[in-house]
Amino acid sequence: MIRLEPRPRASKAMRYLSPVIAAALTGVCGVIFSALAGLDPLDTFYAFFIAPIDDRYGLGELGVKAAPLMLIATGLAIGFRSNVWNIGAEGQLTLGAVSGGGLVLLFYDSGSAWLLPGAVVAGAIGGMLWAAIPAILRTRFNTNEILVSLMLNYVALLLLSYLVHGPWRDPEGFNFPESRLFPDSAMLPVILADTRLHLGFLFAVAAVAIGWVFVRRSFIGYQMRVAGLAGGAAEYAGFNRARMIWIGLLAGGAAAGVAGICEAAGPIGQLLPSISPGYGYAAIIVAFVGRLHPIGILLASLLMSLLYLGGEAAQMELGLPSAVTGIFQGVLLFLLLAVDLFVNYRVRFKTTVVEEALS
Amino acid sequence: METATAIFLATLAAGTPLVFAALGELVAEKSGVLNLGVEGMMIAGAVLAFLVAAETGVLWLGVLAAVLAGAAMAALFAVVTLSFQANQVAAGLALTIFGIGASAYLGLDYTGVALKGIGPVDIPVLGELPVIGPLLFALDPLVYLSFVMFAAVVWFLYRTKAGLVLRGIGESPASAHAIGYPVIGIRYLAVLFGGAMAGLGGAYLALAYTPLWVEAMTAGRGWIALALVVFGTWRPGRVMLGAYLFGGITIVQFHVQAIGIDLPPQVLSMLPYLATIVVLVLISRHAGMIRINAPASLGMSYHPAA
Repeated sequence: MIRLEPRPRASKAMRYLSPVIAAALTGVCGVIFSALAGLDPLDTFYAFFIAPIDDRYGLGELGVKAAPLMLIATGLAIGFRSNVWNIGAEGQLTLGAVSGGGLVLLFYDSGSAWLLPGAVVAGAIGGMLWAAIPAILRTRFNTNEILVSLMLNYVALLLLSYLVHGPWRDPEGFNFPESRLFPDSAMLPVILADTRLHLGFLFAVAAVAIGWVFVRRSFIGYQMRVAGLAGGAAEYAGFNRARMIWIGLLAGGAAAGVAGICEAAGPIGQLLPSISPGYGYAAIIVAFVGRLHPIGILLASLLMSLLYLGGEAAQMELGLPSAVTGIFQGVLLFLLLAVDLFVNYRVRFKTTVVEEALS
Repeated sequence: METATAIFLATLAAGTPLVFAALGELVAEKSGVLNLGVEGMMIAGAVLAFLVAAETGVLWLGVLAAVLAGAAMAALFAVVTLSFQANQVAAGLALTIFGIGASAYLGLDYTGVALKGIGPVDIPVLGELPVIGPLLFALDPLVYLSFVMFAAVVWFLYRTKAGLVLRGIGESPASAHAIGYPVIGIRYLAVLFGGAMAGLGGAYLALAYTPLWVEAMTAGRGWIALALVVFGTWRPGRVMLGAYLFGGITIVQFHVQAIGIDLPPQVLSMLPYLATIVVLVLISRHAGMIRINAPASLGMSYHPAA
């Protein structure tokens, strides 16, 4: 008889293995899915997940998509660690693009060398301000940050839509809802020739390093870890909960804001009604699959980026909607959560002594 | 008078999908399970309702498909959180992301297809009464169903022993288990009911409210339903009132421009989301009220063996 037995202590090996198993099982789901759709599974797998990255440009694209995911997931992980559930990264990203992009449009003709750094800082501030709304409502009025941050995603998208349809629309843009193209001085430089890989990727890697130092080496980072593992103990120790909520939300907001302006001043080069294919949501999955650990997040963001590239290939070759990526994102997180059972439990095939005695 | 009737009916229609989804989530939460995947279950219901209705030409089969789709999605959530004890917040998000993706895929060939939706019932004499005829006796069948479901939920939760057990499990699963109730089994049923109701809400959107399929057409209504449960402090009557309040706010958008207030459409579309935040703040300020009414074990995993 097969049965589950609690492990005496959580398995460390399974903690690190379960994201790998979940990713592999997601791949198996992809194969089944393509077989059901009447495609040759192996060809499809190759076309969607190998072909997009088998050249220099493709590898650059992997980095282009991994950058915002890595950046945002690192910021979110700081909050998630202490059970601060910011799921408004998509909106914070949008506000980052709005405030950074707004600065660029305001000083459009300045040609100043400070325009780009200014825009990145403005992006971070915009994202933080947007995240400050759930933070203040949570700390002052005890309002659920999950629902508030999520609602603000819709508001942010509508705000961006209003701006590019109205005041910020390119006067020479044939009435398309688009801003003017950013001037070269406001564009992030490409860091790998013949690709679109831009400076934002280095921001993301730097964020991962900063996140690691914060969590492992700072006292408040330690407090937040304790709060996540044992809320009662943290309260008893007198750790300041409000401060953790603020830091958790602002870290996510700043990271998402920078990611937003880096998209606008990087691969996109202007403001559009939509500047993110759901990076703010996908980054939540990246944070979980990466075990809230910096190295894990780095690897998970590359995996998620590959899912996006596969989704784009499917879009172009099969005419599937881009939302299909969401199916696999959801499946990946589901499988991870399911496989995580084996961190705390193990499977036993033998019968117990009692059962033997009874039989 | 005509306008007032129209506004009343429009409010009712806009509120109905929220009534279904929020009442379903209420029952799940009363058993102690926080399922953040309402948006995903709702959109799954919407797409399957539309797909089945368009293929078979039978609207009621569409409704049935939506119920099953919502429950199937909820079953995924239940397996992961109840049997595998995963974090409920994360699993709910996974469900929503999965549902939005899967519905976009399934609905691809149906985008922009229009359907003759579910119309009002035709009751001979009563429906022709002045004023109250159109208000009470000429609604569509799903609206009546939402009234029935409301009564059923109230009766079940507060007038039956099973309802008492379910609420008890939400307060203290360990005690309920000690008395001998199957905690996990009952939570499974509560979550499945929540999914079926979210599916119904989706069906109402796709077959009655706007009988056509558009990608991501639930537009955050599942999340608003979640907020309504908090807003209604886990009481069915208040949750239902809240749903109609939101229906009203959705309708306001369309009438503001008619009376000459010139706001950009995007700003008007923000109203339901901003209103959700405002009501959440107003209700959460009373920390005591939330604490008294919220199921004590809400969102926490429980396993008898652990």
